Amino acid sequence: MDLDIVDLSRLQFAITALYHFLFVPLTLGLAVLIAIMETVYVMTGRTIWRDMTKFWGILFGINFAMGVATGVVMEFQFGMNWSYYSHYVGDIFGAPLAIEGLMAFFLEATFVGLFFFGWDRMTKVQHLSATWLVALGSNFSALWILIANGWMQNPVGAAFNPQTMRMEVTDFFAVLTNPVAQAKFVHTVSAGYVTASLFVLGVSAWYLLKGRHVPLAKRSMTVAASFGLAASLSVVVLGDESGYQSSEHQKMKLAAIEAMWETEPPPASFTAFGFPDREARETHYAVHIPWVMGLIGTRSLTQEIPGINQLVDDAEGYIRDGIDAYDALQAIRAAKTDAEIPAEARQRFEDKGARMGYALLLMRYVDDPRHATDEQIRQAAMDSVPPVGPLFWTFRIMVGLGVFFVLLTATFFVLSARHRLDAHPWLLKVAVWSIPLPWIAVECGWIVAEVGRQPWVIEGVLPTAMAVSNLGAGTLLLTIAGFVLIYTVLFVIEMKLMLKAIRKGPPHVSEPHLSFYQPMIDKLARTR
Amino acid sequence: MILHELISYEVLRVIWWLLLGILLVGFAVMDGFDLGAMGLLRATARTDVERRVVINTVGPIWEGNQVWLILGGGAIFAAWPQLYAVSFSGFYLAMFAILAALILRPVAFKFRSKREEPGWRNAWDWVLCLTGLAPALLFGVAVGNVLLGVPFRLGDDMRIWYEGSFFGLLTPFALLCGLVSLFMLLMHGAAWLVFKTEGEVSARAARWGGIAAVLTSVLFVLAGVWIALGGVPGYAITSAIDPAGPSNPAAKTVAVTAGAWLANFGARPVLWLLPALGVLLPLLSLLGMRGRREWLALLSSGAAIACIILTVGAAMFPIILPSSLDPRVSLAVWDSSSSHMTLFIMLVCVLIFMPLILAYTSWVYRILRGKVDPVAIATGEGHSY
Repeated sequence: MDLDIVDLSRLQFAITALYHFLFVPLTLGLAVLIAIMETVYVMTGRTIWRDMTKFWGILFGINFAMGVATGVVMEFQFGMNWSYYSHYVGDIFGAPLAIEGLMAFFLEATFVGLFFFGWDRMTKVQHLSATWLVALGSNFSALWILIANGWMQNPVGAAFNPQTMRMEVTDFFAVLTNPVAQAKFVHTVSAGYVTASLFVLGVSAWYLLKGRHVPLAKRSMTVAASFGLAASLSVVVLGDESGYQSSEHQKMKLAAIEAMWETEPPPASFTAFGFPDREARETHYAVHIPWVMGLIGTRSLTQEIPGINQLVDDAEGYIRDGIDAYDALQAIRAAKTDAEIPAEARQRFEDKGARMGYALLLMRYVDDPRHATDEQIRQAAMDSVPPVGPLFWTFRIMVGLGVFFVLLTATFFVLSARHRLDAHPWLLKVAVWSIPLPWIAVECGWIVAEVGRQPWVIEGVLPTAMAVSNLGAGTLLLTIAGFVLIYTVLFVIEMKLMLKAIRKGPPHVSEPHLSFYQPMIDKLARTR
Repeated sequence: MILHELISYEVLRVIWWLLLGILLVGFAVMDGFDLGAMGLLRATARTDVERRVVINTVGPIWEGNQVWLILGGGAIFAAWPQLYAVSFSGFYLAMFAILAALILRPVAFKFRSKREEPGWRNAWDWVLCLTGLAPALLFGVAVGNVLLGVPFRLGDDMRIWYEGSFFGLLTPFALLCGLVSLFMLLMHGAAWLVFKTEGEVSARAARWGGIAAVLTSVLFVLAGVWIALGGVPGYAITSAIDPAGPSNPAAKTVAVTAGAWLANFGARPVLWLLPALGVLLPLLSLLGMRGRREWLALLSSGAAIACIILTVGAAMFPIILPSSLDPRVSLAVWDSSSSHMTLFIMLVCVLIFMPLILAYTSWVYRILRGKVDPVAIATGEGHSY
């Protein structure tokens, strides 16, 4: 197997996933914000809320189209670039994707058309229902994709079947209620809400600075600040829950994020700053905050969090178990009938089969893990450490930004409550300049989750290097270039259209004093 | 969980084979008319208002239609993982071309109306047209290659080795299948435009639709004759196989013989109804389009698509994806499905959600019923494309 193909396949997946994830969080959050605005319109009858719904709806539409377009790529890519993965775990992983289509995509895609085209064809309540169904659909889709991703991080409810050479589901309920998936879902969805809130906040702040569309901007800011404050608190709390889950299910990821090389006596300290050095296996210029890591990771003062070095030693043991399981598997497969399978091999596979994935880490060095030398086993154990430096930094950027979002939304929440949103122009400028920050945070979050799982594509079960399709490097370069080209052009167009729509502002803002007559006007318009 | 034992593995596999067909038909019928209509965009509409009328016939619904493809992909992944793995990685560059089209299509719908300049709109019209035509052609080419057999083999560990190239897909028979697919979707798109528009646009659509319908019938017959004359050998399982056995495609033997794709029709002559309707229904659709019997035109073009796709399924059963390199590992209904439990769970999900989807989709179509009005489009306040 050529290493290049693995790297190129990973590069393509990372490019397309990170790009797709530029649009998803805004869709998730803006759908809910718009639905809230329209609800206020339907409940109060004040047309400014309908104008807000329509205006933010235009921006939502531009973004939604890009999310749909880039989302199809994600679903097809598993089969295209990760065919062994698709075979190996399709029995479990495919189900949430299919359910996502059945339960979520149909809902959002069918009703999004009515959102844009149905204003004059439906009653207010019908249209509001369509809007909420779009919001519900996009959030359901996040649920199912994170159940799928949660299973990659913590593969519960499945076992390897020697007859079919793949993982098969044993307990679907466990897959659904995977604690990792639950924490990830709320964390990710909240991150989407924060992204959309800061987007609405920032754009509205820009209008206030320019003195344009002031009533619309102020109302939008009020919604965004309150919703954003709740969401950013939820992001931080559920981020903590994710960390706690990692300490249980993905100890290596946690240790790498912390650049914690040695196991410390509990409660472990948190490294606020430093330069992790993989070669020397230490973190230079580290600034430690005592106790914090132990408290976050284990929620206790006595439980130990294992360091990287200890986890590598553990991995070496797992690899040796895995080789044993692999050997037993070959004996099972060599048997022609069930009766011929040696009971000893069956027993050995039952005992150690769960560690077989670790033997597959050796496939980079040997064709048959049983022939691996001690040196190679040591090397494969070292490979179980994800890239410490990038994880250390992306995690800290993400957390730092998360705390900033709480402060920012809280500030605007207070300003809004006191009707002083435009009192401090410098704060409005901060809000405008903060628009890109949630995107930085969510992309960092993706890196922490996915790079942190390396070298595994399914934690402890299937190494990423094994999962790829046997494609030519030239073919992969061609499609990478194709995606980069299409995505770059579309990104430029999308940004231009977004900025144009924002500059243009809401198409026709109804004057507040007209709102009294608006229900009559609406009625006339419908009967026309 | 033992609930899944309620339905035997064998029966579940057949159900999922049928669902595979239903989903493909669902995609071709639902997304087919908007792909086809966009393929005819430049031929049926000249002025900007006309173009916008055509685009707005599918404007509010194409997104939901495209989900049929996404669901198809997801369902194949969940129910037939090895099929998903082999076909998507094997047809890699063809899939990329389809993806490129599916990326450009949504943004073309959305971006076109955002600027007034004729150059801008003309460019996106071309994008809409080509991204309608390309997938229609490529899906047919893929089906043609499935009938011909795909050059893949499986390793001991079930790793897939594919030894073909993109241009290797473009054989004469596969291209013929591509054209059948292209014209049947153009016919369907035309029937949709006749259904949703009036005047000049509708008349042009009827003319183009008639041509597409005749070509669909003729080329479909031609493909059938090609197979009957032994130009495309079929695959048949020759060893005993346990229909409820584990999903391991390497445990059987398969023979490649001319005419094997017709064996099922010989064994069950009632199946000949499918290809017969596949030939006749396009002509009925043509009559419908000419005679302004709009419902008839649309329903018969949809039914024609269903019969043509199901003909392929009927010919191949129980083979799903034959291997030309190592026929033994051809994927079959009995040995390439998901586990018993997964098939059962997914069936429950389909039974819960499919009726809901059909219900709300029809509600949306009811809300949007009626012809697209050029006057409303011309004076629209940004609520339409």
